[in-house]
Amino acid sequence: MEQLLALPIVRSFLPQGRKEIHLGDRLFYLSLKSLSVLIILSLCALVYLLWGMATPAFAKFGWGFFTTSTWNPVTEAFGSLAFIYGTVVSSLLGLLIATPVSIAVALFLNEVAPRPVGTVLGFMVEMLAAIPSVVFGIWGVFSLAPWVRATLQPAIQSYAGWLPIFQGPPYGVGMFTAGIILAIMITPTISSICREVFRTIPFTVREGALALGGTKWEMMKMAILDSSRSGIFGATVLGLGRAFGETMAVTMVIGNRPQISASLFAPAQTMASIIANEYAEASSDMHHSALAAVGLALFLVSLLFNGGARFVLWRTDRKFRSRA
Amino acid sequence: MNEPLPSFDLQRFDGRRRWKNRLAIVVLTLLTTLAVWPFVSILKYVIERGYPALTWTLFTNLPKPVGEAGGGIANALVGSITMVALASVVGIPAGIFAGAYLSEFGRGKVATTLRFTCDLLVSVPSIIIGLFAYTLIVIPMKGFSAYAGAFAMLMIQVPMVTRTTEEILKLVPQHLREAGLALGIPRWKVILRIVLRGSLSGLTTGVMLALARILGETAPLLFTAFNNRFWSEKLNQPTASLPVLIYTYAISPFDDWHAQAWAAALVLVLFVLLLNVATRLILGRRADIRH
Repeated sequence: MEQLLALPIVRSFLPQGRKEIHLGDRLFYLSLKSLSVLIILSLCALVYLLWGMATPAFAKFGWGFFTTSTWNPVTEAFGSLAFIYGTVVSSLLGLLIATPVSIAVALFLNEVAPRPVGTVLGFMVEMLAAIPSVVFGIWGVFSLAPWVRATLQPAIQSYAGWLPIFQGPPYGVGMFTAGIILAIMITPTISSICREVFRTIPFTVREGALALGGTKWEMMKMAILDSSRSGIFGATVLGLGRAFGETMAVTMVIGNRPQISASLFAPAQTMASIIANEYAEASSDMHHSALAAVGLALFLVSLLFNGGARFVLWRTDRKFRSRA
Repeated sequence: MNEPLPSFDLQRFDGRRRWKNRLAIVVLTLLTTLAVWPFVSILKYVIERGYPALTWTLFTNLPKPVGEAGGGIANALVGSITMVALASVVGIPAGIFAGAYLSEFGRGKVATTLRFTCDLLVSVPSIIIGLFAYTLIVIPMKGFSAYAGAFAMLMIQVPMVTRTTEEILKLVPQHLREAGLALGIPRWKVILRIVLRGSLSGLTTGVMLALARILGETAPLLFTAFNNRFWSEKLNQPTASLPVLIYTYAISPFDDWHAQAWAAALVLVLFVLLLNVATRLILGRRADIRH
């Protein structure tokens, strides 16, 4: 044995401490690590530069930037309240439509649909997420907006026209159309996360509900919906985060008018769409800075919502893992 | 469940529950149809309106002034492909190696921060990425350029590829790595030749999804690559791209531009769906092998 160990070829395979033996390994590790650090630094640079661009506008307008709604590049008076309002209202509108639909899609595909039907419909919903935003936009301009103008708005107004939120002339483009298109765009996100959440529920729970004599719907209500509340909440918050940042489709159908109006059918403007509309043509530094400030606010809000949603989802995931 | 129940009251109560159940299933079905409907409608519109305008000259000609026949989208097509290629040359290797770092050495502070960074970057609205590229590239270079557009695409692509690569490399069984190391192969060779090469098809799917995503991105190109009605001879000139062309043509008031926008949308949707379907097929085949 000792003779064997003395052989150089055998000795070369023996462990020689915990340091990486090969120079190549150390170089490889270092280069991968520096690449990773570079990617991290690029995010830092993004935040830093965005902050730097936005500073002049913040310095000049202070909190008034978020509480006033005059937006006049000529006189260099900038307040972003109308865009914040547009973003929040259109996104909430989208969420209001998308949440029940998404939960229904997830329940139908996971629990009700026969396998082939579920596969095909699930595929179509997922492909909806792959379609570029600008294609939603062109479809919105030529198909959805005319339909809203000619069919949906008169129908709603004939039933609930006395409500101030449904009044006003039919433009086709506006807050409501933007809300619908956002709902369509975030439905795949919310429904696919809901499907994941529903899948974490053990089959025994479902079987228990059915064994107690529950119908399928009662099973879905008791065994699935009630126990996935926080997961569904996380999914909707993530959907809201996506809706906030959605740019092109919204820009094309919201009508691009920086105003706060009571009617949902009136044209509006969002934080993302004002940047898309004006940044390339902005002439003064203050105009650029004000748009960057809107961008920074949008960035922070989407960060908050995405981070929050991920935290909620991570916690639900852990809860079920520990139970199983 | 279909057999008559002993008590009359119970039966009536049960009947109501069953009707409720049926109603619920009908509602779920209807809502799912409603959710799928936009996909069908978008495809129908894009094909119906895009296909008639899909002529050979569309792919070979430059845009022409309104009213003149035979305008094309050649420069936008080439511009899109150029910028995607430019971004991918850097972005794909960077994403794959960063993903390999996460999966193979992913324990330290750097790895945790990188994971967090990628999650953030993926969820940042793409128009913000455009603002970043504007400040970092457009301002110093004093003009819109293909470089700036490609950089914005890069920032979207790298985090996507990194995260999918990590997920895919984690599927490689640990014993394959150990087998390689036991043969005395250096770690870097194990990673390159065994771990990465063995997951090639999985990595391809991640890359294709990222390509499909950046190909359709519009918002970050609006003020980085901008637009161009002519050929961009150099990479430091404003460059046209398919999504930006669709946007500007769609919101214009001219019918023949609308037709071209639909044709461009058809081309874009075909590309993107093809990449996504191919991804599905590759992943489906892999799943079959494993069973």
